[in-house]
Amino acid sequence: MARKISFKQAVNEAIAQEMRRDETVIVMGEDNVGGMGSDGERDAWGGVLGVTKGLYGKFGDRVMDTPISESAFIGAAIGAAACGLRPVVELMFVDFMGVCFDQIFNQAAKFRYMFGGKAVTPVVVRTMIGAGFRAAAQHSQCLYSLFTHIPGLKCVIPSSPYDAKGLLIQSIRDNDPVIFFEHKLLYGLESEVPEESYAIPLGEANIVREGDDLTIVAIARMVHMAHQAAEELVKEGIHAEVIDPRTTSPLDEDTILESVAKTGRLVVVDESHPRCNMAADIAALVAQKAFGDLKAPVTTVSGPHVPVPFSDALEDLYIPNPAKVKDAAIEVLRYAK
Amino acid sequence: MSLIYPVTIPKWGLSMKEGKVNRWLAKIGDSIQVGAEVVAVESDKIAGVIEATGAGVLRRQIAKEDDVLPVGALLGLIADNEVADSDIDAFVAEFQSRFIPGQTEEAESAAGPETLKVLGRNISYLRRGDSGEVIFLIHGFAGDKNNWLFNHEVLAATNTVYALDLPGHGNSDKAIDDPSLEGFVRVIFGFADALKIGQLHLVGHSFGGATSLAAALQGTDRIKSVTVISSAALGKEIDAQYVRGLTRTNSRKELKALVGRLFANEGLVTRQLVEDLLRFKRLDGVQAALESILSAFLDGDQQRVVLSEKLANLAKPIRVIWGEKDRIIPASHAALAGADVHILPNAGHMVQMEAANEVNKLLQF
Repeated sequence: MARKISFKQAVNEAIAQEMRRDETVIVMGEDNVGGMGSDGERDAWGGVLGVTKGLYGKFGDRVMDTPISESAFIGAAIGAAACGLRPVVELMFVDFMGVCFDQIFNQAAKFRYMFGGKAVTPVVVRTMIGAGFRAAAQHSQCLYSLFTHIPGLKCVIPSSPYDAKGLLIQSIRDNDPVIFFEHKLLYGLESEVPEESYAIPLGEANIVREGDDLTIVAIARMVHMAHQAAEELVKEGIHAEVIDPRTTSPLDEDTILESVAKTGRLVVVDESHPRCNMAADIAALVAQKAFGDLKAPVTTVSGPHVPVPFSDALEDLYIPNPAKVKDAAIEVLRYAK
Repeated sequence: MSLIYPVTIPKWGLSMKEGKVNRWLAKIGDSIQVGAEVVAVESDKIAGVIEATGAGVLRRQIAKEDDVLPVGALLGLIADNEVADSDIDAFVAEFQSRFIPGQTEEAESAAGPETLKVLGRNISYLRRGDSGEVIFLIHGFAGDKNNWLFNHEVLAATNTVYALDLPGHGNSDKAIDDPSLEGFVRVIFGFADALKIGQLHLVGHSFGGATSLAAALQGTDRIKSVTVISSAALGKEIDAQYVRGLTRTNSRKELKALVGRLFANEGLVTRQLVEDLLRFKRLDGVQAALESILSAFLDGDQQRVVLSEKLANLAKPIRVIWGEKDRIIPASHAALAGADVHILPNAGHMVQMEAANEVNKLLQF
């Protein structure tokens, strides 16, 4: 199991293995094939960053290009799911999701509930998130908190190639609509990934490292920032526990609460905009359910409440980094009533 | 001339790249016998103890507690008092100037696990050593070839040692055609056939012990000896709740508690050990594989197959090793007539990990 593959390859492999296992799995999205219907090279793109490249060669017309009309093709994917297929549909950047909120929030998320359980919507919407790509305010957000807000949607946010494969396989097998968030700066990250298929249950946090002094909960790329901060803290004799919730809906509350019961101190690192984000949500959870365990106020690390800047210097300043996480951890540890 | 013996970070298993110094168990100036416990070290998977390979006095503690160092790094030195300090300093300087972290790693990675088709299914195995006797290491239920990480290299110094992943386990195919002991015995003989191995010794742990004993009972000269460690099939009792829980739960917390029962000292269970087990359990087909073994193996809350009586007439050397504090299968099952029995104190079900040095000393062929 020494094979290492990238996050991007892990996503591709998960889709390919599920397509092989279950013929109702289909793939659609803008340029997910690339050049479909034209005379030129087929399978030229595989999506804007090439994640689905090669699938058309393996599965032919089960992989299809869509027009640049998110409201139409996301609606089509949701309809296909309600009628028995398992579409894995790509919506390039989460920032564009606004044009199809009705299809996602009011249709897909509500079918099972409003039809008394007689309808299922096994659709997976894959989408890219995250700053640091020098792609400006309309291509850099981490909008998972918006979707976590809506009952009926499952929100999956992997931070490693291993998790990406196992969580995507589980998402495809799940009968509810899943929004699958891929941080574009993680695509090149490599780790050990089994060649066999495997599924990671939704709603099970990963304890990235164990520690007794404080708990750091982090999401997506921020897991790596938290991990680096924790390694720095060890040099000062501080042992941080780092928890990656992996899915924000359902959220593994128990793992977070059990960790805080042990450490009494919590820092939440969330790249998304600071108001009403997952950091605020998890801070509220711990304040309500673990107040008695807390030895210090919960601290959150997120960017300022502004659009992601286009200037390189400002964008770097905007994104939480290990130094900021470490500072927050030390602040929480120094707190005295 | 007196010799200087370096104490270094060992390599426990293929994936180990570095180790953390937990605690010095000997002080500078202590007299050290061969085999004495010198320093406690921890990899990301498991904690263990390093024993002295030569006798003398602990002259230097080069590594400090909590240091994280690459495999092969110098921790300390053992030498007689008559060895001059200047000679020891020269030895250290020479060692450090030659030491390149990761060098042994790269040399070994060429010989990683291999795969062989046996009875139509892929069997993954790791081979070490190329001299002496041929030994097969057979892991237990829900285990894999890494369960031998403390033993494999040591045995391979004087033997040719294969650690197998049984069907349904590790990196072998997950489909199990026949979940009975006989089914697994056929795979072991099939594996030996495929590699054109004639005579061999079997070393089996727990369920792998039961498989090894069943193989020996097939009346062939091929099996020269059997060593079983905390073996199944030597009595009815077993912690059935553990075996069922291990099969059915996918919760990290429950698995951690279950894995803790395998050891006398639960502190040995690292986050990574539980994570690796979780990763195995998530693979497609594993749940079904474990369930099929379970239904063949258990009769209610007891073991279905007990081979003790049949073994009494077996004219083959049988060695039985058990952890006194085994909470999965009681150590009383070790009392097998005619066998060479060793019960090790302060060890649980995973004796070969928890009391690796003692077990390695017993594994003579």
